[in-house]
Amino acid sequence: MSKLSRRKLIVTGLGATAGASAIGVAARLAQKYGLVAPDHGGLYGPGETLTYASLRLLTKHSLAREFSRDQISKRPLPNEVGPFSEEFKRHQAEGFANWKLTVDGMVAKPKTFSVSQLKSYPSRSQITELVCEEGWSYVAEWNGVPLSHILDLVETNPRAKYIVYYSIEPDWWESMDLADALHPQTFLTYGMNGDDLPVGNGGPLRVRLPRQLGYKSVKFINRVTVTDDLKKFGKGLGSSSPEGGYAWYAGI
Amino acid sequence: MSSLGSVHVPLEASVPTSIPEMTAAEIIQRHSLLVRITHWITTFCFLALLVSGSEIVLSHPRFYWGETGNVLTEPLFKLPVPSSRRLVPTGYGYVLPDQNGWSRALHFQSAWLLALTGALYVISGILRRHFRRNLFPQKSDLSRQSFTRVISHHLRFAPADESDAWSYNVLQRLTYLFVIFVLFPLVIWTGLAMSPAFDSAFPATVLLLGGRQSARTIHFFVSIALVGFMLAHVVLVWLAGFWDRMRSMITGRTQERSEHEQTLAS
Repeated sequence: MSKLSRRKLIVTGLGATAGASAIGVAARLAQKYGLVAPDHGGLYGPGETLTYASLRLLTKHSLAREFSRDQISKRPLPNEVGPFSEEFKRHQAEGFANWKLTVDGMVAKPKTFSVSQLKSYPSRSQITELVCEEGWSYVAEWNGVPLSHILDLVETNPRAKYIVYYSIEPDWWESMDLADALHPQTFLTYGMNGDDLPVGNGGPLRVRLPRQLGYKSVKFINRVTVTDDLKKFGKGLGSSSPEGGYAWYAGI
Repeated sequence: MSSLGSVHVPLEASVPTSIPEMTAAEIIQRHSLLVRITHWITTFCFLALLVSGSEIVLSHPRFYWGETGNVLTEPLFKLPVPSSRRLVPTGYGYVLPDQNGWSRALHFQSAWLLALTGALYVISGILRRHFRRNLFPQKSDLSRQSFTRVISHHLRFAPADESDAWSYNVLQRLTYLFVIFVLFPLVIWTGLAMSPAFDSAFPATVLLLGGRQSARTIHFFVSIALVGFMLAHVVLVWLAGFWDRMRSMITGRTQERSEHEQTLAS
């Protein structure tokens, strides 16, 4: 080992101080610009924070890849669902005629929508890939109404920061930041490949969030809540995923 | 490559057993502090990535080519292992517990640390001429005779040369360069290509690889290649003298080196 010189010691000291201050400043700025994920604590917090902050900055205006019609998967995989709750089975028996989506929270006009009402709004479609964190994927055409359209209708409070959304099935809820909620490819999806969305793929109503993995595209949506603070929900980690050990942000 | 040879002191090239011209401080050290620290952080991260990556693969031990792939499509190949998901037909009568939550978190955290450490290593390696001095093959090394000599040396299982304790032979140099500048960048690239968010910002990341499932399959094979390198590396370190090599990568010093100095001095 080489001997420590005074110069080396001073340079190292200054470097360490500058490094520590830089981390402090970065943490402040990240908090200010909403770059800190709700599940930023714990052993894997540093990794989650780096991933969310960097991908949030990189994907400010980016669009998920869209595919041509001939790239649509012939058999869109219905992932494991069920066993269904009694409530879901009742709706299924009624052909989802009485399915309701409630939008509440920090909005001027809380409102409840039926699926046919949602279908009456300007319909959009996207041919995007559903990617599971397990590794498999398929491409489908998804038809729905952009979530931003609904958030406009209920007059979302400008101080809102997150959108929390719930499946009718118990303990299945997620949330997304406003950048994702207002993104043009974020849909309340009611159709797939030109037909009604099959139950296996999340029908009658599913979120599509194609810039994140499939588990953020929650199936069987019946409630959307607008908020500025995710600590009020569940264990305060942002969604049911971190409560089960999965990252809140699923961009990778 | 010819320009690389010219940076070396000619003495090195003509007399292979002589030591390069260095200052006294450099002579005592085999590995710099930065190389040793980044080596062990990389080791630690790589093992974490290997364990967590294996766990993640268990949730879908099937591989595909192209953009999409799932249990309804024909796989390129399947691993003969049970799965942690009921949906995957494996031929095993049981399903493993789901470990993907912490595995994914550990995988990405280790990947961050490894990528940052790697960046530090590469930048400092360029600035401090570590690559030029220690890893780029010397001009004389690139001859057929030189390759033949090193390869036959290995095939005879001959004991490591004395010079190997303080310098790398041409095969080592080329292997390390391949791992540092081909395999690691490729494993990071194919990993990022699986991120739907990253792909949305930089679609070429996945398009150049021929699709998401191709990226995943390449990621798997590059990881296998890295594991192969690690195993070969450990075996060769063992054959060369495990404790001396460990000491030189931990403390920076090597026993053989000082013996060498002694013979020079006498």
